[in-house]
Amino acid sequence: MNQQLLANFNKAFESKARLSIMSVLMVNDWLSFNAFKELLGLTDGNLATHLRALEEAGFVSVQKQFVGRKPNTTYTATDAGRQAFTEHLNALEAFIRGI
Amino acid sequence: MHESREHLQTLTEIRSLMERSSKFLSLSGLSGVSAGIVALAGAVVVYNRFRWQTLLPAPYGNRITSQLYGSDRTFLIIMAVAVLALALLFGVYFTIRKAHRQGLSVWNNSSRQLLRSMAVPLLAGGIFCLALLSYNLIWLALPSTLIFYGLALVSGSKHTLRDVESLGYCEIGLGLLTLFWPSYSLLAWATGFGLLHISYGLAMYFKYERNTA
Repeated sequence: MNQQLLANFNKAFESKARLSIMSVLMVNDWLSFNAFKELLGLTDGNLATHLRALEEAGFVSVQKQFVGRKPNTTYTATDAGRQAFTEHLNALEAFIRGI
Repeated sequence: MHESREHLQTLTEIRSLMERSSKFLSLSGLSGVSAGIVALAGAVVVYNRFRWQTLLPAPYGNRITSQLYGSDRTFLIIMAVAVLALALLFGVYFTIRKAHRQGLSVWNNSSRQLLRSMAVPLLAGGIFCLALLSYNLIWLALPSTLIFYGLALVSGSKHTLRDVESLGYCEIGLGLLTLFWPSYSLLAWATGFGLLHISYGLAMYFKYERNTA
């Protein structure tokens, strides 16, 4: 039974940082790289790695534009990302209920 | 056992992240109190110059409302701008102070969203009231400021403390009521911007801040 539930856990969301990133993107239309940095208190490299992993999984989309001369990168959760994250939460919930 | 406590901690942190990222929670109750005091002082000054009669609508037999002297109108506009500027100054000061104590920045995603959602009703209302003032309809302009301010609060409440919404409904209700009893417009204005702000601010202060201040 538990084995089956674990199958629904999404590997892409297994770290705390990625859980946090997706949670924040569920309640915000978009968020900039700097906003994430301030919010999560992660280093540039660490944050970029997590965001890239989510982007490669197709759960987060990236928009790059320039504000004046400064590059400004913003992130949005894709529909696939929202759905995958909801399913992941449901699996977590079912797992906890099963204990 | 130890591990489950750690997971619980993670969940609490994530929940707080979600709230902090989408809502501006540094709004201080003291901002409301100071804005209310400034508004009350402004209302007293205006009352001393005009007395009640001046602010009655023309059909009620007031000679000045239909022809407000130029200097009186300038006085009213200067008072309005001064009250707004002082209230904003104190309000911003206490909110910055609270954000500092929380270790958060004031100018972030959620504060921008809050300002953006309040800007539309406030700007539309401001221009609307200026137009009323240019027709000397002061008895209409006073409740209109309450109504538009209330709309701005209701619209902004999605991005800050939820309690702001109920303050917004009170302002709108008070403004609408005053439209039917225009002789009380200055009194209603003082109640809405003065007393309501002070009581709301005190309530917020005791609800969220007293323990941390």
